[in-house]
Amino acid sequence: MRFINQMKLEFLSIPANVAFARVAVAAFASQIDYTLPDLEEIKVAVSEAVGNSIIHGYGNAPDRVVKVHAALTMDTLEIMVEDEGIGIEDIDKALEPAFSTDDERLGLGFMFMHSFMDSLQVDSAPGRGTVVKMSKRTGTGVTRIGTEQ
Amino acid sequence: MRLDLELIQDTLIVRLSGDLDLGVADYLRDVLEDSLDRQPVKNLVFNLAGVSFVDSSVLGVLLGRYKRISRNGGKVCVVKPQPQVHRILELSGLLRIMAEFPGETDALENIG
Repeated sequence: MRFINQMKLEFLSIPANVAFARVAVAAFASQIDYTLPDLEEIKVAVSEAVGNSIIHGYGNAPDRVVKVHAALTMDTLEIMVEDEGIGIEDIDKALEPAFSTDDERLGLGFMFMHSFMDSLQVDSAPGRGTVVKMSKRTGTGVTRIGTEQ
Repeated sequence: MRLDLELIQDTLIVRLSGDLDLGVADYLRDVLEDSLDRQPVKNLVFNLAGVSFVDSSVLGVLLGRYKRISRNGGKVCVVKPQPQVHRILELSGLLRIMAEFPGETDALENIG
């Protein structure tokens, strides 16, 4: 797969950066041919992944680092959200809808990521952080990126 | 996020706008809890017309208030979510427990 663009963000694990991350990734993704609803879905998926790192991975500690990598091919966005937090003990259970370790949370984060992206992969182990990889294809074909000379 | 509260009889209207995510979830929860503690509120109307984005952290805040209100026999409804917000509410299952109305007037007429 040939990437036409890549980017990497690193930021502190504070809630204000959830908006920063999703807006940055959506702006990056808009270089290829996504519809506005596609971009809204990407924003939700990024918010959920980064939110999980902050809340669950780092237990709301504000001085840790969340990393977001994104890469584009002509028709696909790949996103990787990475933390070095506590990790997930039982990934299958975490991926179940309505599972949450917190009473007022709905446990919908992974469900939204799964619904809105074409692929979702979670790599995690207790004490070893979590990496969430997601990808999404454009629905309607390819925008020409190169300019004609 | 912008937030505006108005008590009409025993129904609290909560007008929200902007992006609702983890960055505002705690603040929103505190303001709503404070408001529910201070005055006699039976029903809750979330006017979401101006909301451009919502994620699961804020859906959790809405659900928490739903639990409190419904425990006391009240109703919670939402007014006029934009399409992308509507979709999230629907997927989350919240629209199965909160009625949806096209405007505050309809909500107030049907909720009392």
